[in-house]
Amino acid sequence: MPAVEETLDTVRDATQGAYKWGFETDIEMEFAPKGLNEDIVRFISAKKNEPSWLLEWRLRAFQAWQGMEEPRWPAVTYPPIDYQDAYYYAAPKEKIGPKSLDEVDPELLKSYAKLGIPLKEQAILAGVEGAGDVPADGGRMPVAVDAVFDSVSVATTYKHRLEKEGIIFCSMSEAVQNHPDLVRKYLGTVVPHTDNFFAALNSAVFTDGSFVYIPKGVRCPMELSTYFRINAKSTGQFERTLIIADEGATVSYLEGCTAPQRDENQLHAAVVELVALDDASIKYSTVQNWYPGDENGKGGIYNFVTKRAACRGKRSKVSWTQVETGSAITWKYPSCILQGEDSVGEFYSVAITNNHQQADTGTKMIHLGKNTRSTIVSKGISAGKGQNTYRGLVRISPKAANARNFTQCDSLLIGDLCGAHTVPYIENRCMTAKTEHEATTSRIAEDQLFYCRQRGLSQEDAVGLIVNGFCREVLKELPMEFAVEAQKLLQISLEGSVG
Amino acid sequence: MNIDAPSGNAAAFLQRYAGLADRLPGARVEAVRALRDAAAETLMAGGLPSRRVEAWRYTDLSPMLRAEFREALTAVDGAVALPPARAERRAVFVDGRFRADLSSLDGLDAEALADVVGDVAPRLNTVAAAAQPMVMLNTLLFEDGLVLDVPAGVDAGRLELLSVVSGETASTIHPRHLIRLARGARLVLLETAMSASGARHLHNPVFEIEVAEDAKITHVRVQREAESAYHLAHLGVRVQTGGTYDGFVLNAGGRISRSETHLALLGPRAAAHLNGAQLVADGQLADTTTALDHAAPNCASRQTVKTVLAGRSRGVFQGKILVRREAQKTDGYQMNQALLLSEEAEIDSKPQLEIYADDVKCSHGATAGALDPDSLFYLRARGIPADTARSILVRAFLQEAVEIVEDEVARDALEDAVTGWWNQHGEAA
Repeated sequence: MPAVEETLDTVRDATQGAYKWGFETDIEMEFAPKGLNEDIVRFISAKKNEPSWLLEWRLRAFQAWQGMEEPRWPAVTYPPIDYQDAYYYAAPKEKIGPKSLDEVDPELLKSYAKLGIPLKEQAILAGVEGAGDVPADGGRMPVAVDAVFDSVSVATTYKHRLEKEGIIFCSMSEAVQNHPDLVRKYLGTVVPHTDNFFAALNSAVFTDGSFVYIPKGVRCPMELSTYFRINAKSTGQFERTLIIADEGATVSYLEGCTAPQRDENQLHAAVVELVALDDASIKYSTVQNWYPGDENGKGGIYNFVTKRAACRGKRSKVSWTQVETGSAITWKYPSCILQGEDSVGEFYSVAITNNHQQADTGTKMIHLGKNTRSTIVSKGISAGKGQNTYRGLVRISPKAANARNFTQCDSLLIGDLCGAHTVPYIENRCMTAKTEHEATTSRIAEDQLFYCRQRGLSQEDAVGLIVNGFCREVLKELPMEFAVEAQKLLQISLEGSVG
Repeated sequence: MNIDAPSGNAAAFLQRYAGLADRLPGARVEAVRALRDAAAETLMAGGLPSRRVEAWRYTDLSPMLRAEFREALTAVDGAVALPPARAERRAVFVDGRFRADLSSLDGLDAEALADVVGDVAPRLNTVAAAAQPMVMLNTLLFEDGLVLDVPAGVDAGRLELLSVVSGETASTIHPRHLIRLARGARLVLLETAMSASGARHLHNPVFEIEVAEDAKITHVRVQREAESAYHLAHLGVRVQTGGTYDGFVLNAGGRISRSETHLALLGPRAAAHLNGAQLVADGQLADTTTALDHAAPNCASRQTVKTVLAGRSRGVFQGKILVRREAQKTDGYQMNQALLLSEEAEIDSKPQLEIYADDVKCSHGATAGALDPDSLFYLRARGIPADTARSILVRAFLQEAVEIVEDEVARDALEDAVTGWWNQHGEAA
């Protein structure tokens, strides 16, 4: 199916409204006992057949975590989380690879279909033997997908094709088995196991995630993508993603997230580490659509994520793009440490909060090298009783001569029960560096609405149009398939916010 | 509580309080005593803020807490050299005590706080919040201050408020000024804080300013104390319907200087200007912190703060604008800019918006950087020597803030202070 048609389908589905990803797949799962202690950490590590250094690293993280306090500074409120009342390991039960799609657990297939994954990728994801070797459809640029169900990577597509280029794209568990040296060299070097409360927790109990290594001088021929899905009840999802772009390598990575509709709150505490060496470039795009809870604020995902990139090489570049429409609470600050001379960091973000959603998100740009540049564009939209905070840090060290930062944070308020907050920190210790920051807050102008209404658009369509225009600078940074989906998501997220 | 054996980082201040408690004004006024004791208790329990406290993350008080000071209550009538007067009326405080012999307050309803503390006790800590660290410290030890009431409809003209620290000994002074403008009243308050010697001291003034309906106060502060001084000011301001607080703070002295303004716009059409400039030379830290509370509809606030940094210095700007749900049609604008003249200077800026009303227009901007090489080149190409070119550009940068001040005399005072600073530090920068 050509990409355009497929996109149209996605859009059609998306416009049905409400949270269409709210299904739960009934597949046989294997759980570790509820609760968190050293034994669980050992259990997870043993289950994954991990080398001893990794187990020790996990245990050190667990020890550090026990001595840490949950951060209270974000502008979000939620009841205390009982870390002992959750499953830290849930995995679909293992079976021998099916011969064709007919043998695959139909529930799993249904859930892929609902996620909008094309049939061929479905076959590969379900582990049908030989499916991965089928060449892609003519004309359509394939997307290699790694699907993570609850905590476990289920399957990865287009592996063989990528292997030809020397690219490693697999689940973290596989990487630990097959490429232990690479994992050991880079894991925890960008986000140390003691970094913060949630990162320490993740380091102790992470169960899977994606691993990407792009070798020297290779431009990844297709978009790499991971679908994250929390499925089982009372589980926390703790995936860990590590992407390494070696000298001169280029990669674009997409991340999508969904979860079933539930009354309870579920915890998602992921860690993403990116490493860019000399002349490497990584583009990391996220469309986060975890279940946001119902209109009364019941249920929804607590999305407490640590994402950080190290631009270690000269002229390296990392670009974060995020569209945050889901989650009851979002707490994430995708950051760039600009170590290499002439390295570039970018952060483009749209965050929407409707109903009772709360988002405290932003970025950190740490300028260490000479001639480093960063751009921050953040668009926050608050509707209903949503609370939306941009929190960001720009720090220029004395050695970052001629560093340059530009920051723009705009907030849009829809309705008088929501809130929009901006908390930037700008620390400049270098004379030749230049920082610029601007922020605005406003609501949708009456004359803009009037103009659209006059031309026959409904109130809701008009608001959707204006909001999309407001976010355009960020949406244009997304790969095409994601951009269309993101626009529709924005509209759905705002449903019921105008009257 | 045992204040005879105080502990924590405020111990020295608590000790001083223990020794002075019976001699401080209001010692026999129960309400005043209760306020002071409460402050002592809180300071004993929590101490003064460290950098772990969010509002103080950029301004480290520990050099001040380590420094030794002596009380200033005794020095009251020594001779002191004063700068030429800028207004006909003048309230002069030397080492924190009101000096009637040096002041002229003709026609004003003004008193020294020490004389009327019993009468005004109910007004204390009603505008400035007792929980604010610098208000707490002041509550503990305030020894005097200006109590000024401008009656309804009266234009009180210009009043100079001069604070001079004279002594050769390191002293701490904690003045408390209570200023109230009734409906439609007008006042231009031109404040200068200066040191007669280079001796280390702590100046911890607290202002409680009430602006009634349609009244307007212009409050220009020029702080040019000794380079070894600590200046920690707190301004509490409440503005009612149609009233205006037009403020400007110049921080141009002190080892650590912080001017913290907490202003609330409480009635429709009230307005606030919280402008300022900071001139920071080698070894100094200057901090302008403001918290602006839009609590009523149709109010406007404007803020332009400029910082110039030379040598190994640090500038801090923290500006929070809160727009409450009921404050519809709020118009808020804030801009802070810093000019770094040295490789060793640092500027930390935290503009902050917290908005709960939807029909508002709020924006802030922040920039930091060196002198623009293109502008320098332009001037040099026209035969202007490098030093002059730099001077022109720095002063033009500051002028954008200073020229907002409407009162000519106040503007002159600011310009003179800028010139004085540049003559002293411009070359090194």
